[in-house]
Amino acid sequence: MKIAVCVKQVPDSWAEKKMMGGVLDRQGVDAVLNDLDEYAIEEALRIVEAHGGNGEAGANSVTVISMGPERTADAVRKALSMGADAAIIVTDPALAGSDALATSKVLAKVIEEGNFDLVFCGTESTDARMSVVPAMIAQRLTWAQLTFAGSVVVDAATKTATITRVTEAGIDTMKAQFPAVISVVEKINEPRYPSFKGIMAAKKKPVEIKNLASLGIEPSLVGTAGAWSVVDDATPRPPKAAGIKIVDDGNGGKALVDFLVEKKLI
Amino acid sequence: MSEVFILAQFVGEKIAKTTAELATCGAGIGNVTAIVLAPPGSGSALASQITFGSISKVIVIESADFAHFGVAASAQAIAHVVNEHKPSALLITSSAFGKEVAGCVAILTNSGLITDAVDVSSDLVATQVIFGGSSTVHSRVTHGCAIITLRPNSFSPDAAVGSPEIITANITISDSAKLAEVVSSQPPLAEGRPELTEAQIIVSGGRGTNGDFSAVETFADLLGAAVGASRAATDAGWYPHSHQVGQTGKTVSPQLYVACGISGAIQHRAGMQTSKTVVVINKDPDAPIFELADFGVVGDLFAVLPQASEGVKARKS
Ligand SMILES: Cc1cc2nc3c(=O)[nH]c(=O)nc-3n(C[C@H](O)[C@H](O)[C@H](O)COP(=O)(O)OP(=O)(O)OC[C@H]3O[C@@H](n4cnc5c(N)ncnc54)[C@H](O)[C@@H]3O)c2cc1C
Ligand SMILES: Nc1ncnc2c1ncn2[C@@H]1O[C@H](COP(=O)(O)O)[C@@H](O)[C@H]1O
Repeated sequence: MKIAVCVKQVPDSWAEKKMMGGVLDRQGVDAVLNDLDEYAIEEALRIVEAHGGNGEAGANSVTVISMGPERTADAVRKALSMGADAAIIVTDPALAGSDALATSKVLAKVIEEGNFDLVFCGTESTDARMSVVPAMIAQRLTWAQLTFAGSVVVDAATKTATITRVTEAGIDTMKAQFPAVISVVEKINEPRYPSFKGIMAAKKKPVEIKNLASLGIEPSLVGTAGAWSVVDDATPRPPKAAGIKIVDDGNGGKALVDFLVEKKLI
Repeated sequence: MSEVFILAQFVGEKIAKTTAELATCGAGIGNVTAIVLAPPGSGSALASQITFGSISKVIVIESADFAHFGVAASAQAIAHVVNEHKPSALLITSSAFGKEVAGCVAILTNSGLITDAVDVSSDLVATQVIFGGSSTVHSRVTHGCAIITLRPNSFSPDAAVGSPEIITANITISDSAKLAEVVSSQPPLAEGRPELTEAQIIVSGGRGTNGDFSAVETFADLLGAAVGASRAATDAGWYPHSHQVGQTGKTVSPQLYVACGISGAIQHRAGMQTSKTVVVINKDPDAPIFELADFGVVGDLFAVLPQASEGVKARKS
């Protein structure tokens, strides 16, 4: 089973994020592997291991795919340290400012060239928070879309994947033939930490760098130039005015109710 | 006047409050048409619940494929309608389903996409609150139909009633949208409390409840509120995952959010930071959740909440 995992490098959740000229300032903050993508890597590794994973480009292997600026290599390195076999990074100055439409176009192109059975994604990137890229990749490739998976079962013999889709609308069991795009929710597993051996091994794993030219994608269709939505302005919200804080002296509950009454909330 | 399409949403057979919110938002932009995706035979029963004055037309599409093939089939039908009528905007409620449908329709109609807006102006400028509430962004779609998903509770529904014209569209879903099949479905359990994303008031409990949600539930019921939980509480199995608020749970923006025994981790805040008023009960005076509090009590939730419940009861009688 050949599996790809789409991972994104994002600003650290704890870092203060700023907008610069309508796009997220990615230079000024620490960047990390999107933590929700670690669950996707873990799930892919478990599946391949259960099928006797046999390394780079083998019949049972995990390839990490990431689109982003050059330093995305750091996030990819972490994925390789966890155990992925190979990586493809798409980086190009013209990709800066890409929207989800462009991102899904580029990722779909890479996936198309790779002959994968399954593509795993996280459910959400912690910076964009759109939760749309996995569905959009499936739509572009005309692949089955198995998203928000709380569990995944694959049957290599019949080439089918079955998931439980866990959303606010309830729990659905969904089933599809390969190829499919699967996004996983964070309840699905406990991602492993890279071992020392894994970190050392990662240094020797193949990392292929692609740009728009090598993918045959017209630069005017992606990045800021090709974006179909524009940001007019972004302003920091005034910090919330400090609220009232009291220490419970035995009347805290009463004071709380008085506050709600005063604010006409009850 | 510009044409705005909205995707009507139902919970089971009943119209969802978010549909009225979309209609109200749409009415500020132009002439509103609601799209209803219905199982065979249910179209008129669903459409007849759309009695908002802000909606002039309802397009009903019946197909068993919506339930069987979820997002892909729904997106294909909606894209068909959008490509035919070319509205200037399509509004959909922000949810896992709504956002995925919006993304697929954007591809199928060559349109730009904006997710999680909290407001849309008459000239289609969307307002988003991003980075966990720290920045406000205004953006516009510049290509095709403006596909915008709207956060629940961002609009107070307009109460005016009307009787929109109902038309039926026949659309055959192609095999390309039938690749992933829903084998079985289990709707969320109804508990007699308001739905989390729709609730005006939410009372949430975290690790500080130590597994005992009774004080939280009692207070919630007195206020007619929904019950939320932090991930620590859902992971421990104290409360169902469907009640988790936060980055990997639900994003809520009620009028009032009461956080009890929740420390305020960034992932929790990401889901509740746009609440209008935040009240906190936590015994640690340094808990980061106090940074968001309009009113905070440093104290034991097992003492403060019951007293507050008594206070509310006393006012009611
Ligand atoms: C990928 C990822 C996704 C995540 N997604 C989410 C998410 O969607 N939602 C979410 O909530 N979290 C999420 N988390 C987890 C998050 O980081 C925190 O671990 C979690 O929110 C902590 O829950 P808590 O505040 O209930 O527990 P704690 O942080 O342990 O805080 C408990 C608080 O209760 C107080 N307390 C204890 N006893 C009492 C008492 N008797 N009376 C009053 N106060 C008391 C304590 O002072 C403390 O402040 C995610 C984490 C990761 C890594
Ligand atoms: N630039 C990217 N490179 C690789 N994968 C991505 C990228 N952007 C998004 N993804 C994948 O899509 C998922 C959802 O992202 P989003 O739709 O941005 O919330 C992420 O968890 C990743 O798996």
